[in-house]
Amino acid sequence: MSTAPLIVSASPHLGSPDSTPTIMWSVVGSLVPVVAAAIFFFGPSAALVILAAVAGAMGTEWAFGPPHALQDGSAAITGLLLGLILPAGIPLWMAFVGGAFGIAFGKLVFGGLGQNVFNPALLGRAFLQAAFPVAMTTWPLRGGSQAWWSLAGDNLALPFMSARETDALTGATPLGLFKFEATPTETWSLMLGATGGSLGETSGLLILACGGYLALRNYLNWRIPVSIFATVALVAGGLHLVDAGRYPGPLFMLFSGGLIIGAMYMATDVVTSPVTNLGCWLFGFGIGLLVVIIRVWGGLAEGVMYAILLMNALVPFINRATQPTVFGTVNQRGRT
Amino acid sequence: MGRGLKFRHGVHPPDSKDLTAQVRIRRMPFPDEVVLPLKQHAGNPARLLVRVGDRVERGDKLAEADGVISAPVHASAAGTVASVSLWPHPDGSFAPAVRIAVEPYSAQVPRPRIIPDWHGLTAGELVDAVRTAGVVGLGGAAFPTHVKLSPPQGAKLDVLIINGCECEPYLTTDHRTMAEYPERVQLGIRIMMRCLGVNRAMIGIERNKPDAIEALRRTLPSDLAVTVHPLTVKYPQGAEKMLIDALLARRVPSGKLPMDVGVVVQNVASVATIAEVFETGLPLIERIVTVTGGGVKKPSNLIVPVGTKLRDLLAACGGLTDDARGIIFGGPMMGIALANVNAPVLKGTTGVVVLSEAECRPPESYPCIRCGHCLDACPVFLNPQLLGSLARSGRYLEMEQHHLGDCMLCGCCSYVCPSNIPLSQLFQAAKAAVKRQKAAA
Repeated sequence: MSTAPLIVSASPHLGSPDSTPTIMWSVVGSLVPVVAAAIFFFGPSAALVILAAVAGAMGTEWAFGPPHALQDGSAAITGLLLGLILPAGIPLWMAFVGGAFGIAFGKLVFGGLGQNVFNPALLGRAFLQAAFPVAMTTWPLRGGSQAWWSLAGDNLALPFMSARETDALTGATPLGLFKFEATPTETWSLMLGATGGSLGETSGLLILACGGYLALRNYLNWRIPVSIFATVALVAGGLHLVDAGRYPGPLFMLFSGGLIIGAMYMATDVVTSPVTNLGCWLFGFGIGLLVVIIRVWGGLAEGVMYAILLMNALVPFINRATQPTVFGTVNQRGRT
Repeated sequence: MGRGLKFRHGVHPPDSKDLTAQVRIRRMPFPDEVVLPLKQHAGNPARLLVRVGDRVERGDKLAEADGVISAPVHASAAGTVASVSLWPHPDGSFAPAVRIAVEPYSAQVPRPRIIPDWHGLTAGELVDAVRTAGVVGLGGAAFPTHVKLSPPQGAKLDVLIINGCECEPYLTTDHRTMAEYPERVQLGIRIMMRCLGVNRAMIGIERNKPDAIEALRRTLPSDLAVTVHPLTVKYPQGAEKMLIDALLARRVPSGKLPMDVGVVVQNVASVATIAEVFETGLPLIERIVTVTGGGVKKPSNLIVPVGTKLRDLLAACGGLTDDARGIIFGGPMMGIALANVNAPVLKGTTGVVVLSEAECRPPESYPCIRCGHCLDACPVFLNPQLLGSLARSGRYLEMEQHHLGDCMLCGCCSYVCPSNIPLSQLFQAAKAAVKRQKAAA
């Protein structure tokens, strides 16, 4: 018999192999193909922007977070997701500031992992959108005279010194094109990603596949994206039937903008989504509805970010309203 | 197989039963001494009848039941009462126990006794025989069996459910009992049905024990309505409320007993023990124990005298391996981890699981990430996430309003928690605190 001490702990003495770091790093791993696609479509700028956002997020967590907090992988996710929803041409220092803001004010002020109300990556983006509206809405296009390896836009601009490069090739996103110039985009380009937009929001099918992998592992609640997609498809489809000229079709709505990455990766952030399954259905329904409302009637071309942030704020109420009915008791509706 | 054979939620831990599932039950040699705590059952501890120095034979009564919810304790080996003192109890405390120095050259033959012929006995006489034999539930909770067999006046019972699920990972006590002694189980069912006056019995067995299902199907009596039902392999399938829901689609109301939906549930090992009382006339002085886990050299299913110390039991199984790290009394989901190998096997000890380092739950814990996995696991549909945060801030009475009382401490929430938060431990502490607050008020 060995001399090592025996472990005396409370039951259960077995644990599921899925730990919080396993889940978080799996999310990071599942995003690798999305990052690769971003680099394929936008060149080295994509890698630089994502790295800057990750550095901002992880650096802030390291500097101000609890000891060893970097190991759980949640800061890496925040940085990665923020990087994927920025335009390729954004100055790198802005991406860094966005990551730092998301972690500091989106997570650490609430008390760190598990305590935050809003998705830190989206909060970082909302901050950037408010602070640097021009840089956040300048969408570089690939092709033209530019080589694949050339940097897009103002990547290397110094803080607060950015001078616009005059010859950069830029263009509007499909949603902007539709809304402000009434120009539709091919659905297939939307699905595969050959359009303008943020780094990670352009290749819809790929994101679906990566998120689907996480759903199969039960690392994200599949009810949220399903509910969002169904709501958007139904509402947008209904509007499209009413007036096909004014309202885009459901496929366009689903595959344009940040809806897919938002539904698969942002809305499903476990911390800021409801804990009950019924709550997840409601949460997704609310996001889907808000997305269509903002896109169709709002002043912005895209509404996924604000839709998710707004619904994040409602999560405590959703949780309270959807408490499970305990075994052997009767709920308000008289059902057991 | 359709509805009725499983419950909602629950978890799927690796069952790890291969270690002993096909190992035949063998009898362990008598140890040098046995220690019999006076409290081996739910209810009042038994009242002591012997004094230090008394010579006792195997099967002699050492202590008498104190009140209705209590059970007598009998000597499990012949020898001399060496001491009556506080002794390490498997629940982690020190409790009064009778220590018997076992007579090394004794043949361990019990005194001659009259074996009651169950054919001629009335229900009341059968229950009496079970009571004097000190039979308690062998599934772990050790509730005195005679109380279960005498339902209150006016109770409307229609089904007896025999619990052969054995949903705890690692354990194979019930499995081997059913596979090796199916006739004994059937006799026990017959006697129980007569006691309770019900004419229908259902045996629920998880599907991972096909040989047990086959053995019981083969021995089904032709004159009684007894049926065998294979069930989904899922923890905690063997919890009374889950089992009744799975077999009959009846839900025991919150705070009520199975009796309130017309059902009595009895563990299959206890049923076999009832039959044994009428086969041998002996009281409950030995039981089948699974000793298993990656930390045991020779995993076994043993017939063990009640009161055998853990050290003797482990020695009979070849001892521990070098990487043994946790000794658990009972199954790994609800059992108690012990560090004292002098604690004895009780009537309710289903098994001893020795976990190796690799099998143990890792010690690291992380903040709650509100993933909701615990809500999907809880078999009674509680919100462990909310209860856990309330427990951490000491809001115990608020937990009561969120149905803390319905928690059966099955451990599903802690098992799935990716942040490894000791939820069921928090709930156990909260239950104790609520009890104290109520007692003080």
